Amino acid sequence: MLAPGRAKPKPTPETRHFWDGTKGGKLLLQRCGDTGRAFFPPRPFSPYTGSRNVSVFEASGRAKLYSYVIHNRPVPGFTPPYAIAVVELEEGPRMMTNIVGCEQTPEALVLDMPLQVAFEPLDEEITLPLFRPAKESA
Amino acid sequence: MLKPGQIAVVGAAESTKIGVVPELSQIGLHADAALNAMADAKLKPTDIDGLACVGPMMPQQVAHYLGIIPKWVDGTGVGGCSFMLHVRHAAAAIAAGYCTTVLITHGESGKSRVGATPRPPEPESLAGQFEMPYGPFGPPTLFPIPVLRYMKERGVTDEDLATVAVVQREWAGKNPRAMYRDPITVADVLNSRMIAYPMRILECCLVTDGGGALILTSADRAKDFPQKPVYILGTGESVESTMVSQMEDFTSSRAFRVAGPTAIQAAGISHADVDHLMIYDAFAHLPLYGLEDLGFCERGEAAGFIRERNTAPGGKLPLNTNGGGLSYTHTGMYGMFALQESVRQMRGTAPAQVEGAEIGVCHGVGGMFSASGTVVFSNQRP
Repeated sequence: MLAPGRAKPKPTPETRHFWDGTKGGKLLLQRCGDTGRAFFPPRPFSPYTGSRNVSVFEASGRAKLYSYVIHNRPVPGFTPPYAIAVVELEEGPRMMTNIVGCEQTPEALVLDMPLQVAFEPLDEEITLPLFRPAKESA
Repeated sequence: MLKPGQIAVVGAAESTKIGVVPELSQIGLHADAALNAMADAKLKPTDIDGLACVGPMMPQQVAHYLGIIPKWVDGTGVGGCSFMLHVRHAAAAIAAGYCTTVLITHGESGKSRVGATPRPPEPESLAGQFEMPYGPFGPPTLFPIPVLRYMKERGVTDEDLATVAVVQREWAGKNPRAMYRDPITVADVLNSRMIAYPMRILECCLVTDGGGALILTSADRAKDFPQKPVYILGTGESVESTMVSQMEDFTSSRAFRVAGPTAIQAAGISHADVDHLMIYDAFAHLPLYGLEDLGFCERGEAAGFIRERNTAPGGKLPLNTNGGGLSYTHTGMYGMFALQESVRQMRGTAPAQVEGAEIGVCHGVGGMFSASGTVVFSNQRP
């Protein structure tokens, strides 16, 4: 369980499947049926074509570190310094997250390093998709 | 499309005091700036028939507070560049005949927080669900999220980012109203307190109180006003995403690439015609993105352009000549202050006046690369 204090997401009907997925240990993305392109965050239509022809699929959980900042001031639920990161998923979309299992330093956090999703419960309702360095890079 | 020079700025002023102003509330700062702008244009509230300020519900509050009966209102609120959009919308409204004389106001008790609009977290919003749980805490932790990717792809260094702040402090040193005026070095910036790596505190904007207001009318009426008219040649606007993590390209702002070139094209000018430039600098990386996305530099050339002193005092493209959000003032929505400096430069009344400047571009950002607005000004009517 993550330390208490983090801002807690409140799912909406359009995003409920994503949060149900993380709770069950799955990272669910959506795909545009017309272009085959994956997208995030969740919505019931394609941001590429406007079509409602979309489906939900389970992502590989593989990603690379795309960009980040390391925050040096205290925030509820976090012990500074901590990185606020954006990862690029193997399927294409990017998402904000935190990097766990890794020193929170510029030396340890190298852009493009391979990462793997790590599901961390925030409480009984919400599980967050965090990322850790992939084993093959260790 | 409006022709270049159909609409002009005939009144412009900041609040009497900027910086730390706990004696005025947010709406008081709106009113103080508005009264100063009306005095500048020799107008009374009853002469104003159009009003724009950042909503929600602010146009009503400001209109009633000042005794204005508007026939046209705009509460567009897309962050700190909202005022560039207000200028654009007001110009179109005046040209369409919806109103004749538009007042645009800004007031923000950014530091003292007197009567300030709260910004509650919205846990159901997309940002609330997909960004806030990961620990961002205000703009210093969000706006710089793309910077490391930009630095890697462009070969930009910490020293390059620091140089942006150093050069702007040189401009601030010429401006008695700037909050920070003492010269700084690249080493000073790099040794200043780390806020959110890679951004140090001297690379982050100020947090201040203040206000500003503009008055626009048709160019045909403008010649009857006491101040030298500042003509609007062209404008542009766009938005991208409220979530910085979802911007299409971390090394370039799509909203900038739409708004900037739209304005420059509408103005019928080329980049070489521009004598003075403002690029909203909430953080030190913004001028780099702005110079490239507006087409003043090729991709990857902006850091070198600043390092080689092209934007510094005496350079060929003076940039952020009031000292910018980094050194002059930054209430939270700084765009109004960038516009005020553009108007001063076109009037010839800026503390760090660019001699002979005739064309100025003023480019704003809203949110974290989430919105953009650009205005091209001139003191010559085409």
